[in-house]
Amino acid sequence: MISCKDVSRLVSESLDRPLTLRERVRLRLHLWMCRNCNNFAEQMNAMHAAMRRLMGGADEPPGR
Amino acid sequence: MASIAKEDLAELRRYLMRFALLHLRDRNRAEDAVQETLTAALEREDGFSGGSAVRTWLTGILKHKIIDVFRRQRRELATSELADDESDGRDPDALFDAAGAWQTPPASWGDPAKMLEQKRFMEALEKCNGALPERLAQVFTLREVTGLTTEEICAELDITPNNCNVMLYRARMGLRECLEKNWMNTGRPT
Repeated sequence: MISCKDVSRLVSESLDRPLTLRERVRLRLHLWMCRNCNNFAEQMNAMHAAMRRLMGGADEPPGR
Repeated sequence: MASIAKEDLAELRRYLMRFALLHLRDRNRAEDAVQETLTAALEREDGFSGGSAVRTWLTGILKHKIIDVFRRQRRELATSELADDESDGRDPDALFDAAGAWQTPPASWGDPAKMLEQKRFMEALEKCNGALPERLAQVFTLREVTGLTTEEICAELDITPNNCNVMLYRARMGLRECLEKNWMNTGRPT
């Protein structure tokens, strides 16, 4: 199983590019079992959404 | 441009200033960039076809002005002792133990939807974004505010994709820590 540190990097990259199938599976498996990383992933997604909102959001929703 | 009413122009200017400030984080630099944008827009009147897209059009011009400023800053940073600027702040690796597990387990921030409606959170986010090390902030705002892809950022700022990923990661980890300190510990609703 990949470590929480690896997961934190993958979560960040998932906001910038589509993950490979292998990465997605490993990430999902880890998140399924790890509460800490689940919280972390939620924080990252919330930050990502919030940054978009700073400029009033949906003008031109960036790709991924 | 000639057809834009005065009050609309003021509103547009406010929007552009906000956009510029988020990226450049300095009022003078932001004002310069917006001024240059409006000047360029007036000179290129033919470039705008009218309609509600004027803001998008102006933002597009401003985006290029911002990238110009970033390029200039990077050249200056490269020749100064700030060259290692992106290693400012805490090394994200320090958040994990030798086995790669969290030293301090991330706590839940609560309902994300509610959080986004919270003024204090958005204020803390803006403040923390403003506190990121310069080069991290450049890459991060181009990605998260302007919405450029990492490929575009790499090309514009002449950095490698790997470096770009690392910088985005560091920026996010830094922002997260700052938010925990400035918002979560003080103003988070229960």
